[in-house]
Amino acid sequence: MSTNYETPTAAARGLGSAKSGTAHHIRQRVSAIALVFLVPWFLYGLITASRAGFAGATAWMAQPWNAILLILALGAAFYHMRLGMQVIVEDYIQKAGMKQGLLILNTFVCVGLFAATALSVLKIWISAGA
Amino acid sequence: MVQLTLPKNSKVGKGKEWPKPDGATNTRAFRIYRYSPEEDGPPRWDTYHVDMDRCGPMVLDVLIWIKNNVDPTLAFRRSCREGVCGSCAMTIGGRNTIACTKGWDEVAGKTITIAPLPHLPVVKDLIPDLTNFYAQHAYVQPYLKTDTPEPEKEWRQSEEQRNELNGLYECILCACCSTSCPSYWWNGDKYLGPAALLQAYRWLIDSRDEATGERLDDLEDPFKLYRCHTIMNCAQVCPKGLNPAKAIAKVKHMMVERVA
Repeated sequence: MSTNYETPTAAARGLGSAKSGTAHHIRQRVSAIALVFLVPWFLYGLITASRAGFAGATAWMAQPWNAILLILALGAAFYHMRLGMQVIVEDYIQKAGMKQGLLILNTFVCVGLFAATALSVLKIWISAGA
Repeated sequence: MVQLTLPKNSKVGKGKEWPKPDGATNTRAFRIYRYSPEEDGPPRWDTYHVDMDRCGPMVLDVLIWIKNNVDPTLAFRRSCREGVCGSCAMTIGGRNTIACTKGWDEVAGKTITIAPLPHLPVVKDLIPDLTNFYAQHAYVQPYLKTDTPEPEKEWRQSEEQRNELNGLYECILCACCSTSCPSYWWNGDKYLGPAALLQAYRWLIDSRDEATGERLDDLEDPFKLYRCHTIMNCAQVCPKGLNPAKAIAKVKHMMVERVA
């Protein structure tokens, strides 16, 4: 191992302040506030729809308000998940390339999941001919 | 990945059990972390039996008793012996605290384990290397910064403004909080840690300081500030009863306040 001649001051300053992070902090909290309302509604909807059989469930999802709220719940949940997973990756993964790769993967997976689930809701809504 | 286990040469082995003191009727065992850079080999746990009838009430008294009566090679920092200097911070019974204000009767269990502050390089025995910790404290520029010419007598402050500094100025920089914080364990090279951030807030909230904006600029960073996830270990261990997590939350409030 080569000797490290970096001064403690240089080490503590590192690459300096990124002058960002507050936006992430705010977005995480705002999406959490949205989920406080959307998650209980979503769970209520799941129980209602699951008791109504296949036809009843699709009919429930095809109602405009339910479809809108479902898409909002999915959006808020996957957005919040992307932000949270980003924090976990930054906490535990230190190798630069690996970390950035996982952060990109995290974004792709969350956006992909949102696209797939939102499309499912839209498909039911459209096929109901509303 | 972050370092979740000790490196191979830092794994603590079984050490030596020192003989019980002659004629002692009331003894208690202390398992103490020993490491010397001059000796080859990994650190070890040594067990000492202390005559509690001839020893003062604090854990620091126990260490001094061992050094005087059993093993003069035991190394630890201490100075004021009254909770002011912060030198004797260590892990006692699994919790970071300062040895001088921790009574040994407060620690449960038959054997009391004493180790250096966690997740820092060890210089010797109970002495950790605090170089990075001090450099991080310097990073927050813990002194009054002003552009207004200095007044002839003093920078004035109302009683209310002065009260804002209560719960902040008392910090003795013992490093108990920072080294109890998992975020600081994993990212201590980039995350400033509770102690430095509490000091940062101490100057951010000081009514006399004129560099608030620059201070916030220097802190606004996903790692330097936002690695705090409000785990609260810092507030739990602080031997002065301070709450660094609350100070960090207030820094975050100031950050939000200036954008929204």
